[in-house]
Amino acid sequence: MDSQAIATGHEESPEAHEHPPYLRHHFVTVEQQAETASFGMWLFLLTEIMFFGGLFMAYLLYRNWYYDAFVASSNTLGIGLGTTNTAVLILSSFTMAMGVYSAETRNRKGLLTSLSLTIMLGLVFLGIKTIEYHDKYTEHHIPGANFSVEDFVHPTDKRDVPLAPDMAQHAQLFFFLYFAMTGMHALHMIIGISILFILLVQAWHGAYTNGHTSTIDNFGLYWHFVDIVWIFLFPLLYLISRHPLK
Amino acid sequence: MSTILNLPNQQDAQLPKLSYLNDGYGLKSWLLTGDHKRIAMLYLVSITFFFFIGASFAGVIRLELLTPQPDLVASDTYNKLFTMHGIVMIFLFLVPSVPATIGNFVLPIMVGAKDLAFPKINLLSWYLYVFAGIFILYALVSGGVDTGWTFTTPLSTHYLNTHVITAAVGVFIAGFSSIFTGLNFIVTVHRMRCPGMTWFRLPLFIWAHYATSILMVLGTPVLAITLVLVALERTVGIGVFDPTKGGDPLLFQHLFWFYSHPAVYIMILPGMAVISEVISTFSRKRVFGYTAVAFSSVAIAVFGFFVWAHHMFIMGVSNYSALVFSLLTMLVAVPSAIKIFNWSATLYKGSITFETPMLYAFGFMGLFTIGGLTGVFLGSMGMDIHLTETYFIVAHFHFVMVGGMLMAYLSGIHFWWPKMTGRMYPESMSKMSAVITFVGFILTFFPQFIVGYLGMPRRYHAYPPEFQVLNVLSTAGATVLGIGYLLPLLYMTWSLRYGKIAGSNPWQATGLEWQIQSPPLTENFIETPIMDHEAYDYEWLANKHEHEVTTVG
Repeated sequence: MDSQAIATGHEESPEAHEHPPYLRHHFVTVEQQAETASFGMWLFLLTEIMFFGGLFMAYLLYRNWYYDAFVASSNTLGIGLGTTNTAVLILSSFTMAMGVYSAETRNRKGLLTSLSLTIMLGLVFLGIKTIEYHDKYTEHHIPGANFSVEDFVHPTDKRDVPLAPDMAQHAQLFFFLYFAMTGMHALHMIIGISILFILLVQAWHGAYTNGHTSTIDNFGLYWHFVDIVWIFLFPLLYLISRHPLK
Repeated sequence: MSTILNLPNQQDAQLPKLSYLNDGYGLKSWLLTGDHKRIAMLYLVSITFFFFIGASFAGVIRLELLTPQPDLVASDTYNKLFTMHGIVMIFLFLVPSVPATIGNFVLPIMVGAKDLAFPKINLLSWYLYVFAGIFILYALVSGGVDTGWTFTTPLSTHYLNTHVITAAVGVFIAGFSSIFTGLNFIVTVHRMRCPGMTWFRLPLFIWAHYATSILMVLGTPVLAITLVLVALERTVGIGVFDPTKGGDPLLFQHLFWFYSHPAVYIMILPGMAVISEVISTFSRKRVFGYTAVAFSSVAIAVFGFFVWAHHMFIMGVSNYSALVFSLLTMLVAVPSAIKIFNWSATLYKGSITFETPMLYAFGFMGLFTIGGLTGVFLGSMGMDIHLTETYFIVAHFHFVMVGGMLMAYLSGIHFWWPKMTGRMYPESMSKMSAVITFVGFILTFFPQFIVGYLGMPRRYHAYPPEFQVLNVLSTAGATVLGIGYLLPLLYMTWSLRYGKIAGSNPWQATGLEWQIQSPPLTENFIETPIMDHEAYDYEWLANKHEHEVTTVG
């Protein structure tokens, strides 16, 4: 009983010995272990999509109902900061992809550099996000706590249309969803950066450049996922109908 | 055609010297284990604990309803009782019941793997379950929750000053426990099958668990975000479900039932998984229409995602969407009926024996059919508007959940008990308790159909005196049912030490788990098995016995 169709891959390369230290006991081959881990990660990302899906659903529903309030509120977001953050995040996805590449090519130095850069870019993103949150605080746009409808009933910007007071109240709903969605995204960034620190320390001690790349691969998937969530958040919150037709 | 197989002589069966049970002793070897079988046993103990907590609430509820007057508990306490009964039974018992215990134990063995794909995540899911249980127990002892298990807004967000957030956090964590179980199962079925184990050689147990896992993985995150929103609404007052701020409580209903209706199938599909195995084993026949039964599980999972709004017919959804959801709801009856008919056809000309698991399985088939058919009543709009929020609903979902799932759970526990522990439960005692459970169940819940049809609303602790006779019947039944549930607890515990030694395959079943020793070794198989026959091939088993040299000791 030794003929295992799935167990053939590693016999060809002599240096990949029977049981490398990272092969867990219940897997037959390294390939099986890697495929399993990656499949599990994809499934986890699927649950994440469903998790964010609830918020997107709520946002789209209320955007449809309170279109004017949502457009007016969207106009108050800082597009410069938002665009910068988008660029920062896309760049961090690139450095993460370089990290995966370095792990595959067993380039320890490249891996350390890429992971550090990714951490830095992630922190830059969070820093800019903090500035944006602080702006909301000074503009009295924090829902619940210190919300003022002033800006929507008497817009200072000439381009903006004044809203009726009851519609202006619905701007609060926009800002709540803005904080909930970007906050949930930031939480995922914070978790990601924390894991990156752990990976960095492990990579410093020589892990992930010894042929066992699947942890880095799968973390890469997570990081790109968080990036993609932002790619959807950015247009939804900042861009659509930014300049309403008068 | 059924194959006649004699049950093995258990006189000379011996417990194996090495098994997962004696591979390491002490608390640490259990609490830090990665072995799916040990985790299953951890789950079994904790689930049993919460089942009896939930059942004691039900006991007090039935006792209160013995008389029309509100005399035993105050109305607030009553609200807390049925809420905690619902939360504990659904999130801490029914959802993890079969998958986390029996599924965890036999699923990897059935596909011929040494363990689940992610043993650490499996252990994590048990710890999450325990934390969830602690949160919910804390909510309970610190004053309880009275929103109903549905956390309906704006009741839960604006009007009640009870421990809603604590309970919601508990349910949130329990959700992640079930996501991780589902994720582990899907990956295991895809990536860990042994050579020769094709998809259509998998036991139907696996197919049903696969469908369940899809529901867990896709549905539960939506519940998680919904509960986050409820918690934020309560604490910060964000307004997303608050009409005064422009929010819509109906959105909560949509999001909540988007999980909680599929959750009904999360709760029943693993029961169906057990029944397929049991019916086939005790009629010594391959399950009739294997492919149809396999795909009906998947069909239930798929349809299950598109019927949620039937919980909301009276909540102001549009007539058109109600019409569509009503139609889709009735479509779910089709795959469910496929299962029932195929099991009946399996029995036809089988050589049936009436061991305890089979008795429970018969109970399942009868009670689930009634529960399912009344579901079709409730899915049709006219009937629903008359019957919703009455005891008819209560009876309907208890027929499915208790009459269906709990019967299947007990059937499965009895069926795999010899495999899990290596010892038999006492047969005549357990047959008696199966009958007691069935009788008690019918007596408890059948009168509720009638009393609900006559118009008694659910969730009230007082009722007009003309409903008393039926309520007394129901309470009497609950007492019988209680005995029916206590008995297995007692004799199963007894059998751990004094039960007869089972041997590897006491039922002459064909699954891979029955071809290895009981209780199994830590890594299940001595060498990786090769699947060279179809599932439920009793001819193969008979041939195997003819050519087998029996070695004892």
